[in-house]
This record gives sequence, structure tokens and C-alpha cells, in this order.
Amino acid sequence: MASVTYEHVTKRFGDVIAVNDLNIHIEDGEFLVFVGPSGCGKTTSLRLLAGLEEVTEGNIYIGDRLVNDVPPKDRDIAMVFQSYALYPHMSVYDNMAFGLRLRKVPKKEIDRRVREAARILGIEELLDRKPKQLSGGQRQRVAVGRAIVRDPAVFLMDEPLSNLDAKLRVQARAEISKLHQRLGTTFIYVTHDQVEAMTMGTRIAVLNAGVLQQLDTPQNLYDYPTNLFVAGFIGSPAMNFFDATLVERDGKVHIDTGDFIVPIPDDRQETYRPHLGKEVVFGIRPEDVHDPEYAPPGIKRAPIEAMVTVTELMGNEVIVHLETDRFEFLGRFDPRTSATVGTRMTAVFDMDRMHLFDKETEKAIR
Amino acid sequence: MRWRSRLTPWLYIGPTLLILGAYLVYPTLSTLYLSFFDKRSENFVGLENYRWVFTSSAMHVAFRNNLLWIVLFTGLTVSLGLILAVMADRVRYESPVKSAIFLPMAISFVGAGVIWLFVYAYRPPDTPQIGLLNAIWTGLFRQEPVGWLQNRATSNFGLIAVGVWIWTGFCMVILSAAYKSIPRELLEAARVDGANEWQVFWRIIIPTMKPTLAVVTTTMIINVLKVFDIVYVMTNGNYGTEVIANRMYKEMFHFHNFGRASAIAVILLLAIIPVMMVNIRRFQEQEALR
Repeated sequence: MASVTYEHVTKRFGDVIAVNDLNIHIEDGEFLVFVGPSGCGKTTSLRLLAGLEEVTEGNIYIGDRLVNDVPPKDRDIAMVFQSYALYPHMSVYDNMAFGLRLRKVPKKEIDRRVREAARILGIEELLDRKPKQLSGGQRQRVAVGRAIVRDPAVFLMDEPLSNLDAKLRVQARAEISKLHQRLGTTFIYVTHDQVEAMTMGTRIAVLNAGVLQQLDTPQNLYDYPTNLFVAGFIGSPAMNFFDATLVERDGKVHIDTGDFIVPIPDDRQETYRPHLGKEVVFGIRPEDVHDPEYAPPGIKRAPIEAMVTVTELMGNEVIVHLETDRFEFLGRFDPRTSATVGTRMTAVFDMDRMHLFDKETEKAIR
Repeated sequence: MRWRSRLTPWLYIGPTLLILGAYLVYPTLSTLYLSFFDKRSENFVGLENYRWVFTSSAMHVAFRNNLLWIVLFTGLTVSLGLILAVMADRVRYESPVKSAIFLPMAISFVGAGVIWLFVYAYRPPDTPQIGLLNAIWTGLFRQEPVGWLQNRATSNFGLIAVGVWIWTGFCMVILSAAYKSIPRELLEAARVDGANEWQVFWRIIIPTMKPTLAVVTTTMIINVLKVFDIVYVMTNGNYGTEVIANRMYKEMFHFHNFGRASAIAVILLLAIIPVMMVNIRRFQEQEALR
């Protein structure tokens, strides 16, 4: 077990900067998730830690040991690859025993550890099979098994669930979380799926274009996104954004989008007052847009008149697409809503849950 | 109606069967037939020609040399091809390197033989050495010139080197394709698992490439069993370099001994069949895996 530290880590491929001045300290036993759109540098960050890529600048530590020039085999890490990368000419047993044999672990010990891992993962009856004879879900388990028999200091997982079907993915997600609790080892997990990130990570590092955007717990990331990118990336459906200006009405700060004017809650008045007249982006999550009839009591309501263009019934909720003159936005309504396509209605925003970003810097105004 | 359904397949494969029969089956059977007759194919001699094939000293030399070719030529082309395929993958100027190594394949074997005759050329001491090898040997190492192809200690190796020069590129190209089809993640997984480059090569790369290696090896063995052009052009089997195919050609076209030539042809055919079967089976296995 070990902590991991990225210290001013930069990786360039020719002129392309894949990872730009990354600084993260990952505590021992943490489950850190790198998340971001494709090409954001999350896989490169993981490969740098694995030693499969060399850092251009900066230092990477595993525990207290500087590993910049340590080859992958000596880093005491195990990795689960997106394609699983099982050795096709070896049985499941041999796949799992491979790393232990290279380390000259006694035969008996290898057998004990392989069978133990197989038991945990429920693949005992597959040990004699070749990877070709396994289903996608089984291969994924073998890949995880190959990693856990090694009992490494750090587990690295590069989108290990992306080749599974939706149902299996939900199941495997929970299993990996359970595994983390059981082993207590440091896990570093890469995904482009923000649901995976939110459900599994103890902390999440959101990356975009090689730059770390925000590193925080899932709940903080969701409630207090530090900039427009994180606000838009975390959460599904994504947060609604409105270009707006801060104006003063009756001595209070309001948000003026051109289509509608909504008041800022009293407790945030003083925070936003210095920014009066500034161009801002007003953000509100779809679940904070309600049908007034079913809105929870006690919220700070701001009514918005809009046209209903699409409704998507999900069973437990209805995703309603709304349109004003200049903006389109979504609301997650109670399924009993009477919103019908082609009619105008008044939706309400829960202003306590609003977000405000500087339009120029895209940073949250707090 | 029943007649028709029985006849249709024959109509389809008929032309092919006819052509195969005329150009493959008939000559094979006719060769087998001739191998039991004397020089002019007049008198039946039984197994006399075969007795000669297995007892004459000329054929013994040929058999020995073919064996030498099989071991050295196959071993060198396949191993060099593999090493080059793996190494070329790691350099930036991969395609020019591979093109250069593959180039000899584009030269006819007779042409290659002539080129290498110049490389091995021998002139008496104290005269200018026009052969590249002797020029280096006498100029750089201050040694007496050597008749590389005339000296029995070196003649076979000189010829095999030419064969290796021609065929290594072919092996490299096929093996390179197989090497490139190994997913990079597989090698990375092995490295993370604790393998050094040497272990990655022997435990992952070689086993994954095994089917291709087997096909390339058997193809080279078939090639070498039939080796003829290089020997014919460069030494014509003199200086202890005789091989089976060249001897067959000599019996046929120099000594006009149809019986012996046919017997050698039959032996050669029988030697190739098992290797061919291994090759075909390999191909079928690969097809089945797809």
C-alpha cells in the first residue's frame, strides 16, 4: 500500500501537451478517479504512473520513492487494461499466475493466491479455460484477478468497464467498489463516464485538455463546480447555462438573461454585488427546475415562462425540454406534471441551487 | 431431375479437374512410371533407380547438403527475419530499412547468383582481387586470397549465405505483420506484471506468433528442399555443393537418364509432402480460429 504523488508532471508528445503541470497527492487507500472527455490526458496520466510513458517534466512518487526512471516491472503496481490484455495463449490460471511466477513466488503460494482471487471474483470454474472461451464479463474479472493476486501497492484501472453492456457495468461497478473496501489498497481509476466517477471515487480529478480542472469529493464536485467545464461535465442531464448580466433592481442584485430576470437569494447578495454589470453565465441543474405544482416546499422560487418542446418520460421523472426566445433548457419534472408539448408553461428555478460563473474566465463566482 | 442434380457439381469442377489432371496428376504418375525404367525408358528395371539414389556417393553428398541447407538456411532466415521484424518496429526509419532488406526478393535467383559470384570472385595472389570479399580479406586482413566457392570448407556456406540474403526479407515481412498484430496492451500488461524485455519476447511475443512462425518455417523448408537456381548458377554442384534438385537436373539434361532423374523427382516429392501437410493443417487451424 502506498500514496501516490504527481508533482508538476507534464507530458508532451511532440508539440501536443497531453498532461500539463499536474499536481495531485493521492492518499494511501484512496479511490481516485480520473475523469474527462476523450483526449483530456486521463489515460496518459495513468500510463505515466504505470511507467508505460516517460514524464517530460516533473516527478511522480509512489510512497516516498521517486519512480520517474523506474521501469514498470519494479513499480509495484498492477493494471487492468481497457481491452483486458489477457495473454491469449495462457489459461486463466496461468494468466493470473504469470506475474507471480516472474517474481519467483513459491508454487504453493501462487496456487493459494490464484485460487483465493478466483474465489473472491467467482471465476473458480474458469481457471482451465483460455481467454477466447470467456464472455466479456468473465474476461473483465480475470483481468481484475490478475491484478489482485499480485497484491500491489497501487491498482491502476484504465476504463475497465467500457467494454461491458450497461447492465453488467452497473454490477461490475459495485463489485470493484466492494473490492476496494475489502483490499484497502490505493485505486486509481480512469473513466470518461461521470456516473462511474461519481459512484466509485472517494475523490475525483476532472481533467480537460491536459489540465486538472478540479480535484474534490464527488458531492463537492457536484455542488460546487469550480468552473464552467466541471459544471457542464459532471451531472446528467448536464447543467443548463444562460448568458446573462448582473443588474440591480429595487436595491437587490438580479440576473438578467434578456429573456427573463431572476433575483439572487439574500444570503448571496453581498457575494455577487461587486460583480454588478459584469457578463456572467448563470447555471442551474435540471433537477432544480420544477413544475410549480410539484415543486418541493420551502425552495426559493423564480418563475420562468417557457415553451415545452419535448417531453421524455423516464418513469420516475419526466425530462422536459423548455424554450425561451434565446435559450433552451431542461427540467426534471415530477411524472405527474401536466406539461404538454407545444404549450407555454411557467417553470420555477430553485434559486438556492443556482451557480454563477464569470463569462470571461469561466470560473465560478463565489 | 435426379440426373441433373448429380451432374451439376461435375460441370462446375469439371474444367478444373481436367486441367489439374493434365498438368499435375498425369505428369506425377508418368514420372512415377518412368522411375521404374532404364535410361531411355525402354526396359523395366524395378527399384534399380531407387537403389542408385540411396547408394551412390553423388546422391549422398546431395542429401547431406540439403540437410545442411534445411538447418542453416531455415534457421537463419526465420531467426534473422524475426529479429529484424522486432527491431525494425522500434526505429523511426522502419520502412526504408524493411524495403532494403526485402529488395533481394525482387532479384531473380539467377541474377542474385551472378551478383554473388562477383562478391566471392577469386584471383591468384598478387593480382588485383575483383571480388569484394577477397578484396577485404587481402586488403584489410592481409591474408592470402581464398577461393570461397572452390574451397570445400566454405563453398556450401557461401551458397547458403546467398539464399539467406534473398529470403530473409520475405520472412521479415510476414513475421513483421504478425508482430504488429499483437496488441500493444498485451506487451504492456506483461511489463506491468513484472516481465523484462527478454521475458516479454520469449513468453508473450514468441507464443503469440507461433502459428505464423510455423507457417514461415515450413514454407522455408519446402523452399530449401527444392533449392536449385543458386547452386546451378554458382557452382553447378561442384566442390561438394551438390543438392538433390541440381542432381536431378543433371541426370535429366546432361546424362539424359530419364529413369534416375524421375526417381530423384519422386523422392523429392515424397520428402516435401509431409512438410506441406503440416503447412496446410496450420492454415486450416488459423482459418478455424477466425
